[in-house]
Amino acid sequence: EAAGDYNGSVDEGMRTLNLSGHVGFDSLPDQLVNKATNQGFCFNILCIGETGLGKSTLMNTLFNTNFENEPQHHNMPGVKLKANTYELQESNVRLKLTIVDSVGFGDQINKEESFKPVVEYINQQFENYLQEELKICRSLFSYHDTRIHACLYFISPTGHGLKSLDLKTMKNLDNKVNIIPVIAKADIVSKGELHKFKIKIMNELVTNGVQIYQFPTDDETVAEVNASMNTHLPFAVVGSTEEIKLGNKMVKARQYPWGTVQVENENHCDFVKLREMLVRVNMEDLREKTHTKHYELYRRSKLTEMGFIDDNDGGKNFSLQEVYESKRNDHLNELQRKEDEMRQMFVLRVKDKEGELKKSEKELHDKFDKLKKMHMEEKKKLEEKKKSLQDEITGFEKKRQQAETL
Amino acid sequence: MTTPLEGYVGIDTLTEQIRKKALRQGFEFNVMVVGSAGLGKSTLVNTIFKSKVSRRQPEEDYHTPSTVEIKTISHVIEEKGILLKLSVTDTPGFGDQVDNTNCWQPIMRHVNEQYEKYLNEEISIKRRKRIPDTRVHCCIYFIPPSGHSLRLVDIEVMKRLVEIVNVIPVIAKSDSLTLEERERFKATIQQQLIEHNIRVYPDLENLDVDDETERQRNLKLKERLPFAIVGSSTTHQVGSKAVLGRKAGWGVIEVENDAHCEFNHLRNMIIRTNLQDLKEVTAQVHYELYRHRRLETLKKVPLDSVGSTPSSPSYDITNSEPNHKKVANTPKLGETGKAIAASQKEVVEALSESKI
Repeated sequence: EAAGDYNGSVDEGMRTLNLSGHVGFDSLPDQLVNKATNQGFCFNILCIGETGLGKSTLMNTLFNTNFENEPQHHNMPGVKLKANTYELQESNVRLKLTIVDSVGFGDQINKEESFKPVVEYINQQFENYLQEELKICRSLFSYHDTRIHACLYFISPTGHGLKSLDLKTMKNLDNKVNIIPVIAKADIVSKGELHKFKIKIMNELVTNGVQIYQFPTDDETVAEVNASMNTHLPFAVVGSTEEIKLGNKMVKARQYPWGTVQVENENHCDFVKLREMLVRVNMEDLREKTHTKHYELYRRSKLTEMGFIDDNDGGKNFSLQEVYESKRNDHLNELQRKEDEMRQMFVLRVKDKEGELKKSEKELHDKFDKLKKMHMEEKKKLEEKKKSLQDEITGFEKKRQQAETL
Repeated sequence: MTTPLEGYVGIDTLTEQIRKKALRQGFEFNVMVVGSAGLGKSTLVNTIFKSKVSRRQPEEDYHTPSTVEIKTISHVIEEKGILLKLSVTDTPGFGDQVDNTNCWQPIMRHVNEQYEKYLNEEISIKRRKRIPDTRVHCCIYFIPPSGHSLRLVDIEVMKRLVEIVNVIPVIAKSDSLTLEERERFKATIQQQLIEHNIRVYPDLENLDVDDETERQRNLKLKERLPFAIVGSSTTHQVGSKAVLGRKAGWGVIEVENDAHCEFNHLRNMIIRTNLQDLKEVTAQVHYELYRHRRLETLKKVPLDSVGSTPSSPSYDITNSEPNHKKVANTPKLGETGKAIAASQKEVVEALSESKI
């Protein structure tokens, strides 16, 4: 968009003037870049794919570092999202990179609900941003943006097409995040099959109406390369952090008995294309689209859902913050109320239990007393019996003695 | 703690990506000039931007407006492929009435109206991808070259304006002052500004403390304020060169000659070094303050009185926040947290009471 056309208003009396000398605002882009660089950047990638598709390895390869992730096992009961944030720096550019991994995706028997935690996570980041934006006292410019800027969807290299889980998941995500599909562990698929595989996948995406991220073609300096890359989607990637000596260089590769797959060789896989598109050309566009397209959509539907409408008078919307806050407070109060209820119930139950215990204690005591009494009585009886026996014995002895003296 | 990279990734291309985006989208800048008639406001703007941005009022037609008017004209100028949408707001009639009480009100209303417009758009459900920014990024205040001190009206106006917008004071038509008179005048003005706690731009508290060179540069600029300027759009021959200047019987006053006046400093500050910063301070400090006040009161406050009286309660917000950028967020769940702790205590007590 040129400075002159804004969506909506074009000012009257706005004409292009000719400068009669050097003014100096050609330093503007530098000023802007300097400010942005000082502040630092944020980029958040979400990796979705079944366990074992090489997501972590690909991230390590992409960013030339070891992100310390232990390989996950396959028996997770559900899908969980794990986010890790790293501080990276290259020359004067500081990047806060967050990699979100979908742990346990595709491992369950019933995968109907698999996509839900992912959607929830993405929504939660939007929600956090929205809440910050709506605060009265806010610090939007130093806010750590956790919204997902790029979603790498890892497709299993079956060679046949997309799985229904893939379609279902992507369909639920395409209006929330920029999806970049990749074919994982692409060294499994032969070159001929790869081409057919890609076409099949793209057809299935189109047929099912899944909107994946298109590399932008409005900037003429990158339009051509972006347009060309769009035709290579989904990227067939291979990841590796191990280096093999090739000639006199060390290259990242995977070594097999039948040959070596070089990660950065464009004849072997599309890794270089992915890195180029994701990091070196379109990172900023991914961030912008997330903010101006996906976040706006979320914001709009969330606010509409909460009952807000645009009142052209302008007056109503000022209570947006207040009503949002009050609804949130209601929610919190509801939670608090429930908590109080639970607490009261807990105290009641404790008292009840206590009463029961006291009762049974008393019963035990009574029983004990009774037993004791019984025992005493028994003892008494026995004593008496003993005494009477003793008496008998003494009597008997007496009689015996008497009989003996006779 | 940075994670080390074992090879080139390409993150540093981000600066290039941002530059490209900025070039595509173009820039916008909104300037306001405030000062009495005849102080050379239009001429100065034209000199800075080397084009007929403002149209000077021809003397024959000139009439004093009965109130302060606000007139904005926008142009698109281009230099080396960079598009700049420039809007200049003039304030004819300012300070020219017999009774100038509240002459700042229309100006403040205009500034606040732009914030209001922006806020309205920002708060809408369906809002545009890029909210049109008509907020005043920079307000140049013209001080008449009396050589003595700031007038009462200057103090009153600047006091209020600095609360809501970046104000850069300049000594207009400074060719009527000798260098010594100029220095004395500046010293007096600087003292008065400190005395009345008038924080003109650059306000060092709003500055990014990180960049030391920038900080130093801004400190130096601040010491030089107010800039003594002369404006002209006519060129004259001085020796072998053609220079922008004013021809007097006793010589030519060269606008772009640092020995004659401080126009270069003003121009460089506004355009070549601090333009982006002016916009950022407007967006991150002044606008946020306006938004804060607006959302907090939620009543229809008359736009020309927001922040007008130093003694009004809303002023306290300014005073208690030395650095607006770092205002702390009130933890909303603090209450619940305390309640949970209290309830836990209760349960423990209840249990201990009923010990068998």
